[in-house]
Amino acid sequence: MTVREPKGDVRIIDIAGELTSFSEPVLAEAYEDADRPGVKTVLLNFSDLDYMNSGGIGLLVTTLIRAQRKSQALGAFGLTDHYRQIFELTRLDEAIGIYDDEQSALKGS
Amino acid sequence: MVSKDDKANWSPPKPHLEVGSAPEGVNAKRVQGRRLTGPQQGFGQLWQKTYKVAISQKTPEQVIATWKAEYGRFWPSHSKFYAPVTGIQPGEVGLIKSTSGPVPLSTGVLVLYSDDVSFCYMTPEGHPFAGFITFSSHVEDPVGTMAQVQLLIRANDPAYEAGMMLFGSKAEDRMWEHTLRSLADYLGSSSPVDTKVVRVDQKRIWKNFNNLKYNGALPWARRSKGPATPPR
Repeated sequence: MTVREPKGDVRIIDIAGELTSFSEPVLAEAYEDADRPGVKTVLLNFSDLDYMNSGGIGLLVTTLIRAQRKSQALGAFGLTDHYRQIFELTRLDEAIGIYDDEQSALKGS
Repeated sequence: MVSKDDKANWSPPKPHLEVGSAPEGVNAKRVQGRRLTGPQQGFGQLWQKTYKVAISQKTPEQVIATWKAEYGRFWPSHSKFYAPVTGIQPGEVGLIKSTSGPVPLSTGVLVLYSDDVSFCYMTPEGHPFAGFITFSSHVEDPVGTMAQVQLLIRANDPAYEAGMMLFGSKAEDRMWEHTLRSLADYLGSSSPVDTKVVRVDQKRIWKNFNNLKYNGALPWARRSKGPATPPR
Protein backbone atom coordinates (compact mmCIF):
# COMPACT_ATOMS: atom_id res chain seq x y z
CA MET A 1 0.00 0.00 0.00
CA THR A 2 1.22 3.47 -0.80
CA VAL A 3 0.19 6.84 0.61
CA ARG A 4 -0.20 9.94 -1.54
CA GLU A 5 -0.86 13.59 -0.75
CA PRO A 6 -3.13 15.01 -3.49
CA LYS A 7 -3.81 18.13 -1.42
CA GLY A 8 -2.83 19.48 1.99
CA ASP A 9 -5.60 18.08 4.13
CA VAL A 10 -6.26 14.88 2.15
CA ARG A 11 -4.29 11.64 1.93
CA ILE A 12 -4.94 8.72 -0.38
CA ILE A 13 -4.05 5.14 0.52
CA ASP A 14 -3.68 3.04 -2.63
CA ILE A 15 -4.74 -0.50 -1.86
CA ALA A 16 -3.32 -3.14 -4.19
CA GLY A 17 -3.81 -6.89 -4.24
CA GLU A 18 -5.76 -8.56 -1.46
CA LEU A 19 -7.49 -7.09 1.56
CA THR A 20 -7.99 -9.72 4.26
CA SER A 21 -7.47 -9.85 8.00
CA PHE A 22 -3.81 -10.60 7.29
CA SER A 23 -3.51 -7.12 5.74
CA GLU A 24 -4.01 -5.52 9.18
CA PRO A 25 -0.37 -4.51 9.86
CA VAL A 26 0.07 -3.14 6.34
CA LEU A 27 -3.13 -1.08 6.40
CA ALA A 28 -2.40 0.12 9.94
CA GLU A 29 1.05 1.28 8.87
CA ALA A 30 -0.36 3.02 5.79
CA TYR A 31 -2.98 4.75 7.91
CA GLU A 32 -0.31 5.86 10.41
CA ASP A 33 1.64 7.29 7.50
CA ALA A 34 -1.45 9.10 6.21
CA ASP A 35 -2.44 10.45 9.62
CA ARG A 36 -0.49 13.71 9.71
CA PRO A 37 -1.45 16.92 11.54
CA GLY A 38 -4.04 18.86 9.55
CA VAL A 39 -5.32 15.86 7.58
CA LYS A 40 -9.10 15.97 7.50
CA THR A 41 -9.86 13.23 4.99
CA VAL A 42 -8.34 9.86 4.22
CA LEU A 43 -9.40 8.26 0.95
CA LEU A 44 -8.99 4.57 0.20
CA ASN A 45 -8.28 3.81 -3.45
CA PHE A 46 -9.59 0.37 -4.38
CA SER A 47 -8.78 0.60 -8.12
CA ASP A 48 -6.09 -2.11 -7.83
CA LEU A 49 -7.91 -4.32 -5.36
CA ASP A 50 -7.87 -7.93 -6.52
CA TYR A 51 -9.76 -9.59 -3.73
CA MET A 52 -11.40 -8.83 -0.41
CA ASN A 53 -13.02 -11.22 2.07
CA SER A 54 -15.05 -10.60 5.22
CA GLY A 55 -11.82 -10.09 7.17
CA GLY A 56 -11.10 -7.15 4.88
CA ILE A 57 -14.49 -5.65 5.68
CA GLY A 58 -13.66 -5.96 9.38
CA LEU A 59 -10.40 -4.13 8.77
CA LEU A 60 -12.27 -1.29 7.11
CA VAL A 61 -14.50 -0.99 10.20
CA THR A 62 -11.50 -0.68 12.52
CA THR A 63 -9.90 1.82 10.12
CA LEU A 64 -13.13 3.83 10.19
CA ILE A 65 -13.03 3.93 13.99
CA ARG A 66 -9.41 5.14 13.86
CA ALA A 67 -10.45 7.93 11.50
CA GLN A 68 -13.43 8.91 13.65
CA ARG A 69 -11.20 9.07 16.72
CA LYS A 70 -9.08 11.65 14.87
CA SER A 71 -12.18 13.49 13.56
CA GLN A 72 -11.18 12.55 10.02
CA ALA A 73 -13.58 11.58 7.26
CA LEU A 74 -12.97 8.25 5.54
CA GLY A 75 -13.88 7.87 1.87
CA ALA A 76 -13.44 5.25 -0.82
CA PHE A 77 -13.21 5.24 -4.61
CA GLY A 78 -12.36 2.85 -7.41
CA LEU A 79 -14.69 0.13 -6.19
CA THR A 80 -16.05 -2.33 -8.74
CA ASP A 81 -19.82 -2.77 -8.85
CA HIS A 82 -19.36 -6.02 -6.93
CA TYR A 83 -17.49 -4.42 -4.02
CA ARG A 84 -19.79 -1.41 -4.04
CA GLN A 85 -22.60 -3.90 -3.47
CA ILE A 86 -20.64 -5.42 -0.58
CA PHE A 87 -20.29 -1.96 0.99
CA GLU A 88 -24.06 -1.57 0.68
CA LEU A 89 -24.80 -5.06 1.98
CA THR A 90 -22.63 -4.54 5.06
CA ARG A 91 -23.93 -0.97 5.39
CA LEU A 92 -20.39 0.38 5.40
CA ASP A 93 -21.55 2.87 2.78
CA GLU A 94 -23.54 4.62 5.52
CA ALA A 95 -20.30 5.54 7.30
CA ILE A 96 -17.71 5.65 4.52
CA GLY A 97 -18.31 8.05 1.61
CA ILE A 98 -18.24 6.23 -1.73
CA TYR A 99 -17.07 8.02 -4.88
CA ASP A 100 -16.75 6.86 -8.46
CA ASP A 101 -13.20 8.03 -8.98
CA GLU A 102 -10.34 10.03 -7.49
CA GLN A 103 -11.48 13.30 -9.02
CA SER A 104 -14.97 13.13 -7.50
CA ALA A 105 -13.54 11.90 -4.20
CA LEU A 106 -11.25 14.91 -4.03
CA LYS A 107 -14.09 17.22 -4.99
CA GLY A 108 -16.27 15.70 -2.27
CA SER A 109 -13.63 15.84 0.44
CA MET B 1 -1.28 -11.00 -9.19
CA VAL B 2 -4.22 -12.88 -10.59
CA SER B 3 -7.63 -11.59 -9.54
CA LYS B 4 -9.77 -14.10 -7.69
CA ASP B 5 -13.40 -14.14 -8.66
CA ASP B 6 -14.98 -14.01 -5.24
CA LYS B 7 -18.54 -13.05 -6.22
CA ALA B 8 -19.88 -16.49 -5.38
CA ASN B 9 -18.38 -16.21 -1.89
CA TRP B 10 -20.51 -13.23 -0.92
CA SER B 11 -24.19 -13.03 -0.15
CA PRO B 12 -26.25 -11.35 -2.85
CA PRO B 13 -27.76 -7.97 -1.86
CA LYS B 14 -30.27 -8.36 0.99
CA PRO B 15 -32.20 -5.21 1.82
CA HIS B 16 -34.34 -7.33 4.17
CA LEU B 17 -33.83 -10.87 5.41
CA GLU B 18 -36.14 -13.55 4.14
CA VAL B 19 -36.62 -16.74 6.13
CA GLY B 20 -37.97 -19.64 4.13
CA SER B 21 -39.57 -22.22 6.37
CA ALA B 22 -38.70 -22.20 10.05
CA PRO B 23 -38.22 -25.48 11.91
CA GLU B 24 -40.97 -26.37 14.38
CA GLY B 25 -40.71 -24.49 17.65
CA VAL B 26 -38.50 -21.76 16.21
CA ASN B 27 -39.73 -18.19 16.09
CA ALA B 28 -38.55 -16.60 12.85
CA LYS B 29 -40.55 -13.40 13.37
CA ARG B 30 -37.54 -11.64 14.82
CA VAL B 31 -35.55 -12.26 11.68
CA GLN B 32 -38.10 -12.16 8.86
CA GLY B 33 -38.04 -8.79 7.08
CA ARG B 34 -35.32 -7.34 9.34
CA ARG B 35 -32.39 -5.34 7.99
CA LEU B 36 -28.79 -6.31 8.61
CA THR B 37 -26.80 -4.40 11.20
CA GLY B 38 -23.08 -3.83 10.84
CA PRO B 39 -21.00 -2.48 13.71
CA GLN B 40 -21.91 1.10 12.77
CA GLN B 41 -25.64 0.40 13.07
CA GLY B 42 -25.31 -0.83 16.67
CA PHE B 43 -25.33 1.14 19.90
CA GLY B 44 -22.72 -0.06 22.41
CA GLN B 45 -18.97 -0.03 22.60
CA LEU B 46 -17.19 -1.87 19.77
CA TRP B 47 -15.35 -5.03 20.71
CA GLN B 48 -13.09 -7.32 18.76
CA LYS B 49 -13.01 -10.73 20.39
CA THR B 50 -10.73 -13.42 19.01
CA TYR B 51 -10.83 -17.03 20.16
CA LYS B 52 -8.52 -19.62 18.67
CA VAL B 53 -7.39 -23.16 19.17
CA ALA B 54 -4.75 -25.38 17.57
CA ILE B 55 -6.06 -28.32 15.56
CA SER B 56 -3.33 -30.81 14.82
CA GLN B 57 -3.18 -33.09 11.79
CA LYS B 58 -5.82 -31.19 9.78
CA THR B 59 -5.60 -28.65 7.00
CA PRO B 60 -7.52 -25.35 7.23
CA GLU B 61 -9.80 -26.61 4.44
CA GLN B 62 -10.60 -29.78 6.41
CA VAL B 63 -11.32 -27.77 9.55
CA ILE B 64 -13.71 -25.41 7.79
CA ALA B 65 -15.46 -28.20 5.86
CA THR B 66 -16.16 -30.01 9.15
CA TRP B 67 -17.15 -26.80 10.94
CA LYS B 68 -19.67 -25.90 8.23
CA ALA B 69 -21.10 -29.39 8.01
CA GLU B 70 -21.48 -29.91 11.76
CA TYR B 71 -21.82 -26.30 12.89
CA GLY B 72 -24.62 -26.65 15.47
CA ARG B 73 -23.05 -29.73 17.06
CA PHE B 74 -20.30 -27.62 18.65
CA TRP B 75 -22.62 -25.18 20.41
CA PRO B 76 -23.39 -25.45 24.14
CA SER B 77 -26.58 -27.30 25.02
CA HIS B 78 -28.52 -24.17 26.03
CA SER B 79 -28.32 -22.77 22.50
CA LYS B 80 -29.44 -24.27 19.24
CA PHE B 81 -28.46 -23.25 15.74
CA TYR B 82 -30.81 -24.21 12.93
CA ALA B 83 -28.61 -24.22 9.85
CA PRO B 84 -30.13 -23.36 6.48
CA VAL B 85 -31.47 -26.39 4.65
CA THR B 86 -28.87 -25.90 1.93
CA GLY B 87 -26.06 -25.60 4.47
CA ILE B 88 -23.83 -22.66 5.26
CA GLN B 89 -23.94 -20.90 1.93
CA PRO B 90 -23.68 -17.16 1.20
CA GLY B 91 -27.07 -15.45 1.39
CA GLU B 92 -28.69 -18.15 3.54
CA VAL B 93 -30.20 -17.42 6.94
CA GLY B 94 -29.59 -19.53 10.05
CA LEU B 95 -31.94 -19.34 13.03
CA ILE B 96 -30.91 -19.33 16.68
CA LYS B 97 -32.76 -20.27 19.82
CA SER B 98 -31.03 -19.74 23.14
CA THR B 99 -31.90 -19.92 26.80
CA SER B 100 -28.50 -18.97 28.13
CA GLY B 101 -29.47 -15.51 29.43
CA PRO B 102 -32.28 -14.35 31.72
CA VAL B 103 -34.61 -14.03 28.70
CA PRO B 104 -35.05 -16.70 26.00
CA LEU B 105 -33.71 -15.51 22.69
CA SER B 106 -34.91 -16.16 19.15
CA THR B 107 -32.83 -14.59 16.45
CA GLY B 108 -30.79 -15.45 13.39
CA VAL B 109 -27.86 -14.56 11.20
CA LEU B 110 -27.12 -14.12 7.52
CA VAL B 111 -24.27 -16.05 5.98
CA LEU B 112 -22.46 -13.01 4.61
CA TYR B 113 -19.40 -14.74 3.20
CA SER B 114 -18.09 -18.25 2.75
CA ASP B 115 -15.03 -19.80 1.16
CA ASP B 116 -12.83 -22.88 1.75
CA VAL B 117 -11.04 -21.46 4.78
CA SER B 118 -13.58 -19.11 6.33
CA PHE B 119 -17.20 -18.10 6.67
CA CYS B 120 -18.82 -15.08 8.21
CA TYR B 121 -22.19 -14.21 9.72
CA MET B 122 -23.82 -10.79 9.92
CA THR B 123 -26.53 -10.02 12.43
CA PRO B 124 -29.99 -8.49 11.86
CA GLU B 125 -31.95 -5.83 13.75
CA GLY B 126 -33.08 -7.17 17.10
CA HIS B 127 -30.07 -9.45 17.55
CA PRO B 128 -28.22 -8.80 20.84
CA PHE B 129 -25.32 -7.37 18.90
CA ALA B 130 -24.62 -5.70 15.58
CA GLY B 131 -21.66 -6.86 13.57
CA PHE B 132 -19.75 -9.75 12.11
CA ILE B 133 -18.72 -13.17 13.36
CA THR B 134 -15.96 -14.69 11.28
CA PHE B 135 -14.95 -18.35 11.51
CA SER B 136 -11.66 -19.18 9.90
CA SER B 137 -8.76 -21.57 9.84
CA HIS B 138 -5.17 -20.84 8.96
CA VAL B 139 -1.66 -22.12 9.57
CA GLU B 140 0.47 -20.41 12.21
CA ASP B 141 4.17 -21.13 12.59
CA PRO B 142 5.29 -23.09 14.52
CA VAL B 143 1.99 -24.36 15.94
CA GLY B 144 0.26 -25.49 12.75
CA THR B 145 -3.41 -25.29 11.85
CA MET B 146 -5.57 -22.98 13.97
CA ALA B 147 -9.35 -22.65 14.13
CA GLN B 148 -10.53 -19.17 14.99
CA VAL B 149 -13.69 -17.26 15.79
CA GLN B 150 -13.48 -13.49 15.59
CA LEU B 151 -16.32 -11.18 16.59
CA LEU B 152 -16.46 -7.50 15.66
CA ILE B 153 -19.55 -6.39 17.52
CA ARG B 154 -21.46 -3.69 19.34
CA ALA B 155 -24.49 -4.36 21.53
CA ASN B 156 -27.45 -3.50 19.34
CA ASP B 157 -29.29 -1.29 21.84
CA PRO B 158 -28.96 0.15 25.37
CA ALA B 159 -30.72 -2.81 27.01
CA TYR B 160 -28.40 -5.31 25.35
CA GLU B 161 -25.43 -3.05 26.18
CA ALA B 162 -26.36 -3.20 29.87
CA GLY B 163 -26.82 -6.97 29.59
CA MET B 164 -23.45 -7.34 27.86
CA MET B 165 -21.72 -5.40 30.63
CA LEU B 166 -23.42 -7.39 33.38
CA PHE B 167 -23.19 -10.93 32.11
CA GLY B 168 -23.48 -11.13 28.30
CA SER B 169 -19.86 -10.52 27.44
CA LYS B 170 -18.58 -13.29 29.74
CA ALA B 171 -21.35 -15.60 28.50
CA GLU B 172 -20.26 -14.83 24.95
CA ASP B 173 -16.68 -15.78 25.83
CA ARG B 174 -17.80 -19.02 27.43
CA MET B 175 -19.92 -19.91 24.42
CA TRP B 176 -17.18 -19.49 21.83
CA GLU B 177 -14.56 -21.13 24.05
CA HIS B 178 -16.93 -24.08 24.41
CA THR B 179 -17.50 -24.14 20.64
CA LEU B 180 -13.79 -24.22 19.86
CA ARG B 181 -13.08 -26.84 22.50
CA SER B 182 -15.86 -29.02 21.05
CA LEU B 183 -14.57 -28.54 17.51
CA ALA B 184 -11.01 -29.36 18.54
CA ASP B 185 -12.20 -32.40 20.46
CA TYR B 186 -14.25 -33.60 17.46
CA LEU B 187 -11.17 -33.24 15.26
CA GLY B 188 -8.98 -35.11 17.73
CA SER B 189 -7.15 -32.21 19.31
CA SER B 190 -7.03 -31.13 22.94
CA SER B 191 -5.26 -27.77 22.90
CA PRO B 192 -6.48 -24.93 25.13
CA VAL B 193 -8.48 -22.05 23.67
CA ASP B 194 -6.73 -18.69 23.52
CA THR B 195 -8.99 -15.66 24.04
CA LYS B 196 -8.11 -12.07 23.20
CA VAL B 197 -10.54 -9.21 23.80
CA VAL B 198 -9.90 -5.68 22.49
CA ARG B 199 -12.18 -2.69 22.93
CA VAL B 200 -11.91 -1.02 19.52
CA ASP B 201 -14.22 1.90 20.26
CA GLN B 202 -15.29 3.00 23.71
CA LYS B 203 -17.89 5.40 22.34
CA ARG B 204 -21.52 4.47 22.12
CA ILE B 205 -23.59 5.47 19.11
CA TRP B 206 -26.47 7.35 20.70
CA LYS B 207 -28.27 7.99 17.41
CA ASN B 208 -28.95 4.23 17.40
CA PHE B 209 -30.65 4.34 20.82
CA ASN B 210 -33.97 3.58 19.13
CA ASN B 211 -32.76 0.14 18.10
CA LEU B 212 -34.62 -0.75 21.30
CA LYS B 213 -37.78 -0.99 19.22
CA TYR B 214 -36.45 -4.19 17.65
CA ASN B 215 -35.53 -5.79 20.98
CA GLY B 216 -37.83 -8.79 21.22
CA ALA B 217 -36.79 -9.47 24.80
CA LEU B 218 -38.20 -6.24 26.18
CA PRO B 219 -42.00 -6.76 25.82
CA TRP B 220 -41.58 -10.08 27.58
CA ALA B 221 -39.45 -8.45 30.29
CA ARG B 222 -42.12 -5.78 30.79
CA ARG B 223 -44.86 -8.39 31.16
CA SER B 224 -42.85 -10.32 33.72
CA LYS B 225 -43.91 -9.48 37.30
CA GLY B 226 -42.15 -12.18 39.26
CA PRO B 227 -38.89 -14.01 38.93
CA ALA B 228 -37.66 -14.54 35.40
CA THR B 229 -39.59 -17.44 33.90
CA PRO B 230 -39.41 -18.15 30.20
CA PRO B 231 -42.78 -18.05 28.43
CA ARG B 232 -44.09 -21.47 27.41
